[in-house]
Amino acid sequence: MKIMVAIKRVVDYAVKIRIKSDKSGVDTTNVKMSMNPFCEIALEEALRIKEAGLASEVVAVSMGPTQCVDTLRTGLAMGADRGIHVDAPSPLYPLMVAKLLKALVHLEKPGLLILGKQAIDDDCNQTGQMVAALLNWPQGTFASKLVLDKEKNSATVDREVDGGLETLSLDLPAVITTDLRLNQPRYATLPNIMKAKSKPIKKMSLAELNVELRSDLEVVQVTAPPVRKAGVILSSVDELVDKLKNEAHVI
Amino acid sequence: MENHKLAAAIAYRLLNQTKHSSNKIIHQRLLIPNFTQLNPLSSTSVAYLFALIQFVGFTRHYASVPLKRFLASYRWDLQKSSLIRMQSISAIHHRKFGSVASAVVQRNPNFSTINNDDLIYFEKILGAKKVIQDHEELETANTDWMHKYKGSSKLMLQPENTRELSQILEYCNSRRLAIVPQGGNTGLVGGSVPVFDEVIISTRRMNNIISFDQVSGVLVCEAGCILENLISFLDKKGFIMPLDLGAKGSCQIGGNISTNAGGLRLVRYGSLHGTVLGLEAVLANGSVIDMLGTLRKDNTGYDLKHLFIGSEGSLGIITKVSILTPPKLSSVNIAFLACEDYISCQKLLFQAKRRLGEILSAFEFLDSQAMNLVLHHLDGVRNPLPSSIYNFYVLIETTGSKESNDKATLEAFLLHAMESGLVSDGALAQDFSQASSFWHIREGIPEALMKAGAVYKYDLSLPVEKMYDLVEEIRTRVGTAANVVGYGHLGDGNLHLNVSAPQYDDAILSQIEPFVYEWTSRHRGSISAEHGLGLMKAEKIYYSKSSETVQLMASIKKLLDPNGILNPYKVIPSSLDVHMKSQPTICKLPWSTF
Repeated sequence: MKIMVAIKRVVDYAVKIRIKSDKSGVDTTNVKMSMNPFCEIALEEALRIKEAGLASEVVAVSMGPTQCVDTLRTGLAMGADRGIHVDAPSPLYPLMVAKLLKALVHLEKPGLLILGKQAIDDDCNQTGQMVAALLNWPQGTFASKLVLDKEKNSATVDREVDGGLETLSLDLPAVITTDLRLNQPRYATLPNIMKAKSKPIKKMSLAELNVELRSDLEVVQVTAPPVRKAGVILSSVDELVDKLKNEAHVI
Repeated sequence: MENHKLAAAIAYRLLNQTKHSSNKIIHQRLLIPNFTQLNPLSSTSVAYLFALIQFVGFTRHYASVPLKRFLASYRWDLQKSSLIRMQSISAIHHRKFGSVASAVVQRNPNFSTINNDDLIYFEKILGAKKVIQDHEELETANTDWMHKYKGSSKLMLQPENTRELSQILEYCNSRRLAIVPQGGNTGLVGGSVPVFDEVIISTRRMNNIISFDQVSGVLVCEAGCILENLISFLDKKGFIMPLDLGAKGSCQIGGNISTNAGGLRLVRYGSLHGTVLGLEAVLANGSVIDMLGTLRKDNTGYDLKHLFIGSEGSLGIITKVSILTPPKLSSVNIAFLACEDYISCQKLLFQAKRRLGEILSAFEFLDSQAMNLVLHHLDGVRNPLPSSIYNFYVLIETTGSKESNDKATLEAFLLHAMESGLVSDGALAQDFSQASSFWHIREGIPEALMKAGAVYKYDLSLPVEKMYDLVEEIRTRVGTAANVVGYGHLGDGNLHLNVSAPQYDDAILSQIEPFVYEWTSRHRGSISAEHGLGLMKAEKIYYSKSSETVQLMASIKKLLDPNGILNPYKVIPSSLDVHMKSQPTICKLPWSTF
């Protein structure tokens, strides 16, 4: 069985981001970019399944400008077998990504498609669900535990939902999106980095996949949340009551 | 009730009349429970008994010494109506940590003790808020980070600016009150805490950033600024501090400079002697020496700031600092590598300096014992190379301006190292969180050692080829009694040798000292690479410096601090300290010249 993992190149989660002066988006020049943490967890899960002998190959896919290849290389260094880079201009919104993934799935025919539950730059949490609908495949989102059953060709997924944990059984092929507690991603070790240099990354264009770039979304403005005002130390209860009444209009 | 009070008064009078025989002994107060609350009758009888014994002892001059000492060790506290036992201990160490080689220090009788007039004066200068006598705050300030040294100071002052500090020092000098300058209190050689009852002068309120020049990168700030705060401030401006150490959350820049702290980035940015452009310091007599230049080059006269850098507060208190900060470069990469033996680590260093060249910013090593300790005692730490146990681990960090170039250079270097067998395995951090987890392993070793029990800590500069030989020799000497751990800044030739034992034990200590100092001295190393001498190594300076050099140091100390009030008993051996012996006045008689 082949496993396909979708990974996204985002601003490193530890970076303090700044908004561009024209409010059109986040300033990404000269800022460290790395793989989306949830995508790392997705890739780690795929590698574990492969190491357990339940899958034959792990294919990492990424969409975007040429720098995505760096992120794919990291994925290969972690242990993926092949990479596919879809050359597309950014920004790519979830529906577009879902359509591209659908085309890739028809091409590669994997038994399992694993993604991160959301990307940390847009926090959409939509791609996994959309692609499952487009493919008409069952979906197990916010997975915190994944167990595959080869004979029954199904997967048991523990989902982290608001009420607690929900356990689902899905027939394969299926779409899984990963949550934080699923696993802890491995480090890219030197022998694997060495091997990754010889692993192929196939480049594909939008035309080859027969997908048209069309977006129904437009980012109008990006602003930073208002700066928290400093607290004021008051000297007496009367002053507090006065401020609550006259300034905050709470009482 | 009246009887009891009378008895108490008599007891107090008689007991307190006996002059305590010597000023030199340190007191440790053990408060005996307040008898009066329990049983008035018994306390009365006790008071009577004591009054009687004291009377006997008073009149009978020939009372035996043990009896005298026994009686003299009790005091009646009139306020609390309870007996206080004054216990004299001749050793200074708190945790029954006796160093076989260390001399027993005695309180210098020339120093005064604080009285009420002093307190009134300090409160007038500083205000009541900055004069600390609270027991709990003093407890913390009296104890060092390792809980190895504890003083008995009764007073802490927290001046807010140079003028206040200058006034305090002038007064203390005139009154001959010994003082200890204290910053973040993270020192590891007992240099930041009082030995006896020295007044603690804390710089923690002097924490303003005065100015920052965006073009040249020169930062001017007060000595009490915490290093991590400076790092965050500079981060927003696109610069970094030239030094970085594990204690950054608590240590203050004044303390870093007065101890000439090294840290993790010395291999790239050099020592503080190079990066500090200017200082403002206050001498013992209160005079303010303004050497706060911000110029990169200034060859006008003797460069006196270098005297204060590394003097550990014994020549003057640093109040303001002007430091050159390097620009923050965007591409930081870090690799965690495993080596089979120490020779490979050395060869790796040689290769790294050549192939990584200008982008190398840190080169640290740790042995397998250190790794096991960290994995065992710290939470949230995982081994980046779990597949096998390796003998040595090396952490290499590169900092450069172009991500793609640096990553390619580092990868090429690492691949070459693997192919030539220098490195058995390694991991490359892919993002910031992985990078900080690598650093956490290396920076967490001191903390893990503290959690493991008692630790004997040594900080030595040695030729790189010989460094690990010492660790192995100590390991053979100590045997199974303790865990010997070696780690350090391999890039600077600095070994942190730590012996971890379940408890402090003189038998273990005798196997380590003075062997470790003699070995270092024989190989022309330094017995204190970056931690300083403080109290722990004050007598050991001769292992690394000649006696003429030390004599010159003593002369400089006498010149800048004639009364010896600044951080006494530390840095320079006490036998040299001319203030310890009283100078006889020589009367020049007319015929003595013949």
